[in-house]
Amino acid sequence: MELFKIKQDIPFMSYGRYTTAISLVTFLFAVFFLAHKGLNFGVDFTGGTVMEVHYTQAADLTQVREQLAQAALPDVLVQNFGSSQDVLIQIPLKQNVAGAKLSEIVMVALKNKDPRVEMRRVEFVGPQVGKDLIENGAMALLLVSLGIVGYLWVRFEWKFGLSAIIANLHDVVIILGFFAFFQWEFSLSVLAAVLAVLGYSVNESVVVFDRIRENFRKMRRAEVTEIIDNAITRTMSRTIITHGCTQMMVGAMLFLGGETLHYFAMALTIGIMFSIYSSVLVASPILLWLGVSREDFIKPEKIEVEEVLP
Amino acid sequence: MNRYPLWKYLLILAVLVAGFIYTLPNFFGESPAVQILPLRASMKADVALLGRVEAALKTANLHADRVTLEGASIKARFADTDLQLKAKDLLKNELGEDYVVALNLLPRSPQWLTQFHALPMYLGLDLRGGVHFLLQVDMKAALDKALEAATGDIRSTLREENIAYSGVSREGNLLQVKFRDAPARARGEVQLKQRFSDYALIEKELSGEFILQATLKPEAEHRIQESAVQQNLLTLRNRVNELGVAEPVIQQQGLDRVVVQLPGVQDTARAKDILGRTATLEVRMVDDEHQVGTGGGAPFGTEMFKDKEGNTLLVKKQVMLTGERINDAQPGFDSRTSEAAVHLSLDGIGARKFKDATRENVGKRMAIILFEKGRGEIVTAPVIREEIGGGRVQISGKMSTEEAQDTALLLRAGALAAPMEIVEERTVGPSLGADNISRGFNSTKIGFILIAVFMAAYYMMFGSISVLALAANLLLLIALLSMLQATLTLPGMAGIALTLGMAIDSNVLINERIREELRNGITPQAAIHAGYENAFATIVDSNITNLIAGIALFLFGSGPIKGFAVVLCLGILTSMFSSVLVSRAIVNLVYGRRARLTRVSIG
Repeated sequence: MELFKIKQDIPFMSYGRYTTAISLVTFLFAVFFLAHKGLNFGVDFTGGTVMEVHYTQAADLTQVREQLAQAALPDVLVQNFGSSQDVLIQIPLKQNVAGAKLSEIVMVALKNKDPRVEMRRVEFVGPQVGKDLIENGAMALLLVSLGIVGYLWVRFEWKFGLSAIIANLHDVVIILGFFAFFQWEFSLSVLAAVLAVLGYSVNESVVVFDRIRENFRKMRRAEVTEIIDNAITRTMSRTIITHGCTQMMVGAMLFLGGETLHYFAMALTIGIMFSIYSSVLVASPILLWLGVSREDFIKPEKIEVEEVLP
Repeated sequence: MNRYPLWKYLLILAVLVAGFIYTLPNFFGESPAVQILPLRASMKADVALLGRVEAALKTANLHADRVTLEGASIKARFADTDLQLKAKDLLKNELGEDYVVALNLLPRSPQWLTQFHALPMYLGLDLRGGVHFLLQVDMKAALDKALEAATGDIRSTLREENIAYSGVSREGNLLQVKFRDAPARARGEVQLKQRFSDYALIEKELSGEFILQATLKPEAEHRIQESAVQQNLLTLRNRVNELGVAEPVIQQQGLDRVVVQLPGVQDTARAKDILGRTATLEVRMVDDEHQVGTGGGAPFGTEMFKDKEGNTLLVKKQVMLTGERINDAQPGFDSRTSEAAVHLSLDGIGARKFKDATRENVGKRMAIILFEKGRGEIVTAPVIREEIGGGRVQISGKMSTEEAQDTALLLRAGALAAPMEIVEERTVGPSLGADNISRGFNSTKIGFILIAVFMAAYYMMFGSISVLALAANLLLLIALLSMLQATLTLPGMAGIALTLGMAIDSNVLINERIREELRNGITPQAAIHAGYENAFATIVDSNITNLIAGIALFLFGSGPIKGFAVVLCLGILTSMFSSVLVSRAIVNLVYGRRARLTRVSIG
């Protein structure tokens, strides 16, 4: 079986103007939603308390809210989680005067009405912890970016490093844009997924770049655009198949992994989709625009000249 | 061209066999067990205790599958949780308060595997259920306490040396000592420099007053904070023992935080109470005049306490000194006899009280008692040799260096622990833990099957070989995680799934390359060779960029992210091995021997 039998190179670079326009628009949309709506940071980052409780039959959410209001917790987010028997209770930090003791107060309040309610999970995060996590996340993002640029610089050329990281940060911003637009909860595991995508989608650019370098050596007479078009066309089959396989795994997590893995897998899914696009249609045009040339790889031979010095 | 030398096949085989052996323990599951640990380091779990446990179980007719002495604890495995609970109650009654009797789940893997140190992966709290606390140590309070103590000590030093001063005040981290004239200040400076080496002194003149400013040196500040955390760690360890948790984790995290993980604990309210409790220390006089009554009752005005060895002492009810008056306790040596000793330093009020009390009680014994959970235990009961002034006390005699260290730590832990606050709590119920395992496992399984079916259909023989390589990758990854005894969490499981999904990339690269070479019209043998050769550089490059992301996640990630990062990094390493070496070895075995290969099955 072979899905991609492409006889002729697809002139990707001649579409450069359109693809750049498309990615610019998506990028700007993402930035707009990030600025306008902001990320819906989870309890990991904002601090606060999240509790998951399990009822033996379908839970009455209004009643749960009332019970909590009686326990001096009026402004609490109560919603179903996964099934009608599971309830997620989110309590913001500013309402929480009891600190870590809060979860006990809630359980006592709930058990008053229905003693069979079972506590499944409690997460309490103080304000300082959340701040640290955001700082550490930003540091990790910076370190990954620098590490990748550095490696590609050594392995290829600075132009490659720069265009790869621009393309991939573009992916990251788009993932964040999705999370802002749908107001999905941005938790620690989503952050982990975002950083993993950064490593993974650079992968993609590396494969194309490797081909470009090889082509510079092999296709002596070809134009730079031809070389890039050929490299992309030759690696396209691999790109689609690899991402398809990874997506099979991620898809299994998305649908079967439960609530905890759902958004993790969601971030990966968006990341995988856009990394296909960006490595081909963002990184390569930038590379072209930065003026990559054969001389970057094949150094002109030095001509030894005898010199006479005074 | 496509043949490996024999040693290479053997090496790959050996790695796979090792991988298989170390993966194996994960399949045996866990059996309910009761674990018995002595409460104190001085008491050891030994063969005698093992005998006691075995005999107790036998007389109660509770059949244990295996009772073993492992390291510092005794572990008894049972067939079901019912037996386990009965045995726990029995042993708790039988052994008394000196032992922790805890419920635990222990690997059921056979002993010959354990001998290879082949142990199953350790399941994280989100998979087995339990409580995770992050506690913040109040460093400012620790410093405040030290500065407050120094203020009092400076006053008493100046008074003792008859140096005229008009006041000692504290503004934030700055101590100001005011003198009436320059000579007094000069004399004061000499004295203070000698006794307060932790402080930097600066002379200042302000509106006719002669001032000496003292600030804590940075290294001293650091030491105070460090020891505050150490004391709190020790206190927490002692308290967690009471909870009867089999494998608690109590670790320092960063500068001023402590992580406490209690697997299997469901009663978070009790856990919080016990962790948050403050211990108190009291100094009282020992009553050696009376004897412990035959009926066991204490005479009027006295109480009975046990010391570490279990001897009962009669102690007067009147409290001489409380723990708040102890500023510091350090292990050291007696300067005259060079015996091991504990050096206490008391604050101003404490020093005065201690001086009075010792003057009146020369030749008698005093007892330092640690109260926790309303139960007192004598830490040490030394004889008072002479009147002790100045707030510097030395306890020595009949003490080993370790005992001196233990005593000092206990004295500090009881007296000085800086306040702590829970800044993070994560509790996972056991049912959610079990759900998490099955979800993580199922999604990995389904994902793997999908990839396997697709690869085999798309690349035929080569696809099937890729799937075998991927299976080898999974095997090696789990073996490596088991060998390192890494903690498997839900994000870790996600990491395993993700690395598998990404690892197939290398084989896709190779297979695509082989197809391309075949299209270019070279012979199948040469195509296989060229495919592997040409794809290799790309595989290395793309894996290294992945590795960079993994390492950054590991360095900056906390808790769950770290687990994910470890799996990601290890997975990248195993995938390099399996996708390049293992798949090549199989290809070589299948195709390498045929001299005239006309076509290969690559779809």
